Amino acid sequence: MRRVAIVVFPGSNCDADTLVAARAAGSDAYYVWHRATDLQGADIVVLPGGFSYGDYLRAGAIARFSPVMSAVVRHAQAGGPVLGICNGFQTLCEAGLLPGGLARNARLKFLSRPVRVQVEAIDTPFTCLYERGETLEVPIAHGEGRYVADAAVLDDLEANGRVVWRYIDDNPNGSSQRIAGICNTERNVVGIMPHPERRNSSVLGGSDGARVFLSMEACNATQFADRVRAGGDDELRV
Amino acid sequence: MTAYHVEIRVMPRGAVLDPQGQAVEHALHALGFAGVSKVRVGKHMVLDVEAPSRDEAIARARAMCDRLLANPVMEDFDVAVKNGGG
Repeated sequence: MRRVAIVVFPGSNCDADTLVAARAAGSDAYYVWHRATDLQGADIVVLPGGFSYGDYLRAGAIARFSPVMSAVVRHAQAGGPVLGICNGFQTLCEAGLLPGGLARNARLKFLSRPVRVQVEAIDTPFTCLYERGETLEVPIAHGEGRYVADAAVLDDLEANGRVVWRYIDDNPNGSSQRIAGICNTERNVVGIMPHPERRNSSVLGGSDGARVFLSMEACNATQFADRVRAGGDDELRV
Repeated sequence: MTAYHVEIRVMPRGAVLDPQGQAVEHALHALGFAGVSKVRVGKHMVLDVEAPSRDEAIARARAMCDRLLANPVMEDFDVAVKNGGG
């Protein structure tokens, strides 16, 4: 059972759903208020969706300076898994834990509807139970979800398999290269615009998002397989 | 220390799509304002900054832009000091 810290900023509004989804996957999930400086022994940190600080200035721009973010950055730099969903993704970009940024949707409208995405990277702590190329239906709910980065960053993301999820069928917000989610170079920090916590059970219209949370419990076995192999002669069998 | 009146302009970077600017441009055309193009919408921020000199006030404002007020991924900014003193 992993300890999963769900960070609550003033204006977070997906924190409860995320907590329920993590607990449903078997995690020991709990809230950490944004003023906390200690993550209470978290194995994994999740920045949930919402409108931290009212999205004032830019989405996530003020949240990144919350006291808790110093602890989140330390956790990430030590290799600890961090997931940012929607506003959490925006905050991770603002904090520099992920490259690029999320700009106003290309057609300005706030979009709240299911979209289809393809899982392109399964060697992250949050996607290890998916299959590469698998397509999912998950909802988006954002006004600023257009992923933007300079050409060098986009090339790096593509060349190194760091696009974790990509929109298929259409590009709802005009993101560069239809990017819906990315990870950092070390692959422990992941940001996604769609909301997997809103699709973790058939009563919610589908369970395509459930394995994001189940992966957190399972990632020990797969995510760090390379490292385990590097340390010994035996192949790790999952 | 003097309070300098600083004005900061933050604009979407030229290469970055500015859907707000496009929407405003379309609205201007719809209102019959012909010959309007390249509309971009940014932010204007006004603040008083206490500093020992005008240059230092500008330097502090630029540091604020770098850290918080602008996002270097998609925005450019410029800083102007409107008056020094008072």
